[in-house]
Amino acid sequence: MAKKNHIKLINQKLSEYSHSLLSSDHDPLFLVEQSDLVNICKILKTDNELDYSILIDICAVDYLTYGQADWVTNEATKTGYSRAVEQKIIADHDDEFPDRFAIFYQLLSISNNSRISLKTFTTKLNPPSVPSINKIWNSANWFEREAFDLMGVHFKGHPDLRRILTDYGFIGHPFRKDFPTNGNLEVVYDEDKEEVVYKPVSITTRPSVPRVIRKDND
Amino acid sequence: MTESNLSLNFGPQHPAAHGVLRLIMEMDGEVVKHLDPHIGLLHRGTEKLAEIKPYNHSIGYMDRMDYVSMMCCEHSYVLAIERLLGIEPPKRAQYIRVMFDEITRLLNHLLWLGAHGLDIGAMALFLYCFREREDLLDCYEAVSGARMHATYYRPGGVYRDLPNEMPKYSANRYISEKKVKQLNYNREGSLLDFIEDFTDRFPSLVDEYETLLTDNRIWKQRTVDIGVVTPERAKDLGFSGPMLRGSGVEWDLRRNQPYEVYNELDFLIPIGLSGDCYDRYLVRVEEMRQSTKIIQQCIKWLRDNPGSVMIEDNKFASPKRDQMKHDMESLIYHFKLFTEGYSVPKGEVYAAIEHPKGEFGVFLMSDGANKPYRMKVRAPSFAHLAAIDEMSKGHMLADVVSIIGTLDIVFGEIDR
Repeated sequence: MAKKNHIKLINQKLSEYSHSLLSSDHDPLFLVEQSDLVNICKILKTDNELDYSILIDICAVDYLTYGQADWVTNEATKTGYSRAVEQKIIADHDDEFPDRFAIFYQLLSISNNSRISLKTFTTKLNPPSVPSINKIWNSANWFEREAFDLMGVHFKGHPDLRRILTDYGFIGHPFRKDFPTNGNLEVVYDEDKEEVVYKPVSITTRPSVPRVIRKDND
Repeated sequence: MTESNLSLNFGPQHPAAHGVLRLIMEMDGEVVKHLDPHIGLLHRGTEKLAEIKPYNHSIGYMDRMDYVSMMCCEHSYVLAIERLLGIEPPKRAQYIRVMFDEITRLLNHLLWLGAHGLDIGAMALFLYCFREREDLLDCYEAVSGARMHATYYRPGGVYRDLPNEMPKYSANRYISEKKVKQLNYNREGSLLDFIEDFTDRFPSLVDEYETLLTDNRIWKQRTVDIGVVTPERAKDLGFSGPMLRGSGVEWDLRRNQPYEVYNELDFLIPIGLSGDCYDRYLVRVEEMRQSTKIIQQCIKWLRDNPGSVMIEDNKFASPKRDQMKHDMESLIYHFKLFTEGYSVPKGEVYAAIEHPKGEFGVFLMSDGANKPYRMKVRAPSFAHLAAIDEMSKGHMLADVVSIIGTLDIVFGEIDR
């Protein structure tokens, strides 16, 4: 009941901006427009009744292969039981990203003892971007750098958007779904050159367990 | 004549860097002007690896997140899966989890205290802390078979019940029978007896550590008024755990958002006053005493309430060997569980626990498959290390070491 009232309060405070409640099974999750993100965050932090004073986490998600499975499980197999899984090659989508990248923000209010999540989709054009909320919560600084590094999402207005976790001189954004799990390059010691050099990876991905989606869980 | 600032490289292999931290420091004489941490030298892409394997296969990876508080990391991951599945482990499993979370807190704080002391000149403490850690790691080993990377928590409970016997030392050409008898004095009973013996001894050992440090002039000179963080800044910088409490904010997930059975246990939350390194030291030392109290309460409950430690549902928990020999359905469940795993309903969840270092959370997203669609670890040290620039500005070079120590950082979870 308290949770319902709190959601009502948030809806009331954010009534100027477009937002919708996606789920309230766990912590309430709101979908917001990225153009309104900064204003909404300002209200959530500065409003005395809401007081979301801590930004806990920022997580970028790539929806490219969402809901895709290796095996069909709702009908009998036509090919027999030794169905191995082959590595799928995912085509590049470099010009537009309609609804491909989303950012999840986890907020915590100490005075109300409550958590909410915000979800926002990035812009559609390459590179995908969202406004930075570093000025509102300073903890966003490294979380945004991480999302930029691993997912290639640009945060407009971030003071220092550099790579953070990957190697110096790394190419690509490893957590995108079209980036192979094995990576593209490996480092080896070259005996002739007497130095460490990069070369294309020599191993291939072999999924040990196929990805299946069972409908009986929904 | 003008003097330009000096750029100084620190790490990544400096012992005081607590792992693989590289700092580019801009110095004005001996005063730090700007500090740029370079991290990622231990980046293993755990979150990406979790996307290609069934849920249960990643529990072992979670041990390697924060490799000094292993079971707490598992706990958060397992909790996230359980929330998505909508299952709850039996009460005994919850008590075991809480007890091991607190043992883990002791493990973590002991390592932190030893290493932090060593960094700023208290050599002997390191040896004492590791002496006690050894006993706690024996508890890990007795219950899971591994000293560190336990993989003990499972969605729906824990891997197995507490053993009735402790592993014992045996005599060999280096250790005499007499010595072995001394070593085994607290290993004659069950694991619970062993832990109880430890919790009886431990408070006086914490007193010993405190005699070495709390009123020590050198210790105070190195920590008092170093790295002061106000409560407002602490919140703004995303601090949690002892870092937040050291600044005087009363916030502990065990109390404020209780998970498992923490709401049935009696313990106090220490907070600091001034938000400096010394206060955070006091907070952590008091947390060790409180953890001991929690462990004692868990021991009492666990002695009185035997029972199952895993849910009955064979979709998530393996059926017993014996059942499989006689029951076809159990055999099918076993096969499905170990080849394919279980599918998790669509949805997103964020599950956080009070990890020894702060709030350790796992954001888990499922599209209905047997593997997570996206898994993101919220590491407390990551947020804390991001603040090192602000905390060290204007301090001397030697104070940076105190600040790195007080942050209690571990690179397994920062780099992931």
